[in-house]
Amino acid sequence: MEKLLRAMEVNEKARISAITARGEMGRRLSDMGLIPGTVVQVVGRAPLKDPVALKLRDFILTLRNNEADCIMVGKLEEENG
Amino acid sequence: MKTIALAGNPNSGKTTLFNAITGARQKVGNYPGITVERKEGSVNLDDTQVRVVDLPGCYSLSAYSQEELVARKVLVDERPDIAVGIVDATKLERHLYLTVQFLELGVPTVLALNMMDEANKKGLRIDHKRLASLLNCPVVETVARSSRGTRELMQAALEHDKKRAGTWEPLQISYGADLDTALDAMVELIESDNFLANRYPARWVALKYLENDAEIISQGRKIGGIAPDLEDIVAITRKHCQATLDTVPEAVIADYRYGFINSILRQGVLLHEPTQSDRIDISAKLDAVLTNRLFGPVIMFAVLYGMFQITFTFGEIPMGWFEAMFGWLSTTTAALIPEGLVQSLVVSGIIDGVGGVMGFVPLIAIMFLLISFLEDSGYMARVAYMLDRVLRMFGLHGCSAMPFIVSGGIMGGCAVPGVMATRTLRSPKEKLATLITAPFMPCGAKLPVFLLLIAAFFSENEAQIMFGITLFAWTMALLVSKLLRSTIIKGDPTPFVMELPPYRLPTVKGILIHTWERVWSYIRKAGTVILAVSILLWAAMTFPTLPESVTEKFEVNRQVVAASAQNKEEQKGMIESIDNLEAQTALRHSVAGRIGTYLEPVSQWAGFDWRTNIALVGGFAAKEVIVSSLGTAYSLGEVDPEASTSLSSRIAADPSWNQATALALIIFVLLYAPCFVTVVAMAKESSWSWAIFSTTFNTVLGFTLAVITYRIGAWLLV
Repeated sequence: MEKLLRAMEVNEKARISAITARGEMGRRLSDMGLIPGTVVQVVGRAPLKDPVALKLRDFILTLRNNEADCIMVGKLEEENG
Repeated sequence: MKTIALAGNPNSGKTTLFNAITGARQKVGNYPGITVERKEGSVNLDDTQVRVVDLPGCYSLSAYSQEELVARKVLVDERPDIAVGIVDATKLERHLYLTVQFLELGVPTVLALNMMDEANKKGLRIDHKRLASLLNCPVVETVARSSRGTRELMQAALEHDKKRAGTWEPLQISYGADLDTALDAMVELIESDNFLANRYPARWVALKYLENDAEIISQGRKIGGIAPDLEDIVAITRKHCQATLDTVPEAVIADYRYGFINSILRQGVLLHEPTQSDRIDISAKLDAVLTNRLFGPVIMFAVLYGMFQITFTFGEIPMGWFEAMFGWLSTTTAALIPEGLVQSLVVSGIIDGVGGVMGFVPLIAIMFLLISFLEDSGYMARVAYMLDRVLRMFGLHGCSAMPFIVSGGIMGGCAVPGVMATRTLRSPKEKLATLITAPFMPCGAKLPVFLLLIAAFFSENEAQIMFGITLFAWTMALLVSKLLRSTIIKGDPTPFVMELPPYRLPTVKGILIHTWERVWSYIRKAGTVILAVSILLWAAMTFPTLPESVTEKFEVNRQVVAASAQNKEEQKGMIESIDNLEAQTALRHSVAGRIGTYLEPVSQWAGFDWRTNIALVGGFAAKEVIVSSLGTAYSLGEVDPEASTSLSSRIAADPSWNQATALALIIFVLLYAPCFVTVVAMAKESSWSWAIFSTTFNTVLGFTLAVITYRIGAWLLV
């Protein structure tokens, strides 16, 4: 099941399946390590539900919801260990 | 003489390492991207003079931000002998992304594995020898906070430089069959044409073309030659990527680069042994409370309010010392120099002017001590995170909150440190909007004016009116930001792709260096521009002096009183009122007084007469001057701004004043041109043209609203 990153619950983990951002924004996201295949976990949302805080590659990144809308995530296959 | 460039991600401890190596004064922050300017230091190592350049913190070498462009430019154009790539060992994968790009560029690189103490605590085992051999560059473990490994790092850098002798050896990473084919074709073209060869390695140029790098492409177009051919290859590759992979080349490149890093880390370089203490977990636990939906905002307001209280409570004590010191200086000087213009210039122009400005020093020092603590600890990034949603609606950024609050968002701040606090904003448009609107806040110097007018006309609703003023200031700041951001500083909001750094206890040294730098830059300013302006304002309120015939008349009056038969008490009182009348006449005669009188026909629209105008002109020097100039203009002599009851009853009784005038004046004082100290600070944070724009714009806006208020008020009162 693919969905928008915006729809993820707090503490939910998922794997990025596609990024539709192009140009500057797209390059910024990929420079920060948001590329398809990356596992992200939503670690929190600001008090007004926006922006969202993500954990990936051992650090925490914030994104506004409209920026998160160009990121699609898929379900994380159960990993052993 | 060797040159070493320090480069790394924001929050990699780069600035701390720079301080540890050079001992130079430099800012340390936990807020992403705090290092903006170029910093240099030098150190003598084993008889070699080494120049150390601190590059701005950046995440990549693409042309996304100013920092990245600067870092790239220094590496390519200045060709440092060695680039030191500093990485946070606890975030190796993320941070190596930048280092790998140095290797791809070919600049001789030494890797500093910083924060090894935290990595060990987290149970991370890094085989640095294996990492060095896989990356083909020396790797040194460091702990910048305690200066561990810095000497070894410098020695490794110099040794590596001897070995490489200035040759650049670009690393080649495979980017998959499709891109590699395109890259090879482009490299062949570039090499045969010597295209941009004096600056960049061929493969790197090809890579930047594929990454759609605006800077390189425009450089290429200027040269012409094979540039169109390169662009054709890129276009074909781009189309192919879109058709087969539904993505763009830059995403593929990032993907393979991370893949390259991961393949190295998996070859026994990085091992994770589970341990009890896990820093990210401590941060996560803190965040669960500090950014909680309910407690987060409550704690945030408590922290901001507390900070504000501390600044102004503790700031008052040393401010009193400064005041006393300058007061003593004034009296002593007045006693030393004979009465006359020179005395007036030195005492009222120079000492009072500079003294008034230096009086802010304790406030600025304490404010920045606290701001540095919040920044270095990582909390500031959370404040921005929590407030972003609200401020974004008005074209601002989460980081705009702090300058507003410092400027007086909770009654009685100061716009000078407020404007200086905008430097935490990394996005130029949002910063400009914050800068222009922050002086709307009711700063401490405006309060006496409000108190005076409220006491005279609204004494029954003091608290409500004061609260109303604060609310009005916020509304105006937000609405005007919105207006500016949808007109002259229009533009998409800056993305909020920001790192939330882990919480760290700041080092005392870091905070002190940080605070000292800001205070020192303010003091330096007080010695130059501000001194000149205060002399100018003094001259405007002094010249031209009254003609002798007029002063003689006052002198005659005084002698008449002195010779009269009344008792001493009465005589003294009468002479004082003659003195005050003379001061009033002299003020009206001066350039400032003439300006005030000249402006009267216009200012009458808002109900201000010449006396108010003089006070407002004086208020440009410092808002504290408004009440004291009103005192002179109403011939009350020296009026203490803190105890202005006699002035307030005088104004209340004056037929030219009513509630509408008072309200119009409150609004005008709140919004009009910031004091010149603020204007200078603004110019320093942006440019003189923006500072002048803000002065004009705010005055026009303030006046328009004052006129409207006065007209409506006058109509309601009839």
